[in-house]
Amino acid sequence: MPIIDTVRCDGCGLCVGVCQCNALAIVNKIITIIETVECDWCTDCEAICPTAAISCPFEIIIQEP
Amino acid sequence: MAVQLEFLKSILYFSDIGHTELESIRKLVFEKTADRAETILLEGEPATSLYFVASGAVKVFKTSVEGKEQILSIVRPGESFNDVPIFDGGPNPVSARTMGPVLLYGIKKSDMESILRDHPQIALNVIKVLAKRVRHLVSLVEDLSFRHVISRVAKILLEHIGGEMGCGPRLSQQEMAAMAGTAREVVGRSLKALEEEGAIKLDRHRIIITDKKALQKIVEVHY
Repeated sequence: MPIIDTVRCDGCGLCVGVCQCNALAIVNKIITIIETVECDWCTDCEAICPTAAISCPFEIIIQEP
Repeated sequence: MAVQLEFLKSILYFSDIGHTELESIRKLVFEKTADRAETILLEGEPATSLYFVASGAVKVFKTSVEGKEQILSIVRPGESFNDVPIFDGGPNPVSARTMGPVLLYGIKKSDMESILRDHPQIALNVIKVLAKRVRHLVSLVEDLSFRHVISRVAKILLEHIGGEMGCGPRLSQQEMAAMAGTAREVVGRSLKALEEEGAIKLDRHRIIITDKKALQKIVEVHY
């Protein structure tokens, strides 16, 4: 699931606004992932975050037919 | 936890070193643990120790005046960082930050000097490691100077294959951008372009290389 740096997060909520999967919410002024099954890894939350508090790392694998 | 002798044997610095010699070196090695995103070194500060990654991964980078990061390398288990200032006495030329929880083994600068004096084979091993580092940096300069950004992103994917085929750490688009010397948005577009060319497939949190040869061909194209 996306990784949240709670020290960097200032609770601005921009990521909640762009998340189309309702995966994020502000809890006690900090962003929290509330749903990971629906998250389709669009990475819009990482893109919008002004403090680089959310990271959506990719696993790189080979799977040739 | 005690510093593991078996792990020390696997480090290139200490290859072809006998058991007794390695035992004496082990006494000079200290352990350091760090959490995710913890800064181990800051660019410009005096260097005190050389570090080896025992587990986890550390990114080594420079920061521009505007705060933009350029990743120079990712240090994996068995590899070292902070070598240059330990050997030339200057300040840290780079910063280093953990990419997840890490276990580091460190050797203080003064202890490293006595190790090199007492064990000439280690000095030869260090030369080989640094020569390989120079080769990597020459390749990076070539990439940043001559290679189109899609080609650079393709190369990054090939060099960081994880899973059963390799041991690459997970990379965010921001990290790929810092390695490729470009913006995050450009990496996103490059990944989409590579998917359209059929070389990769984006599957939620996975970048699946579906045609390695096609990706290698893209890497070979210079603009």
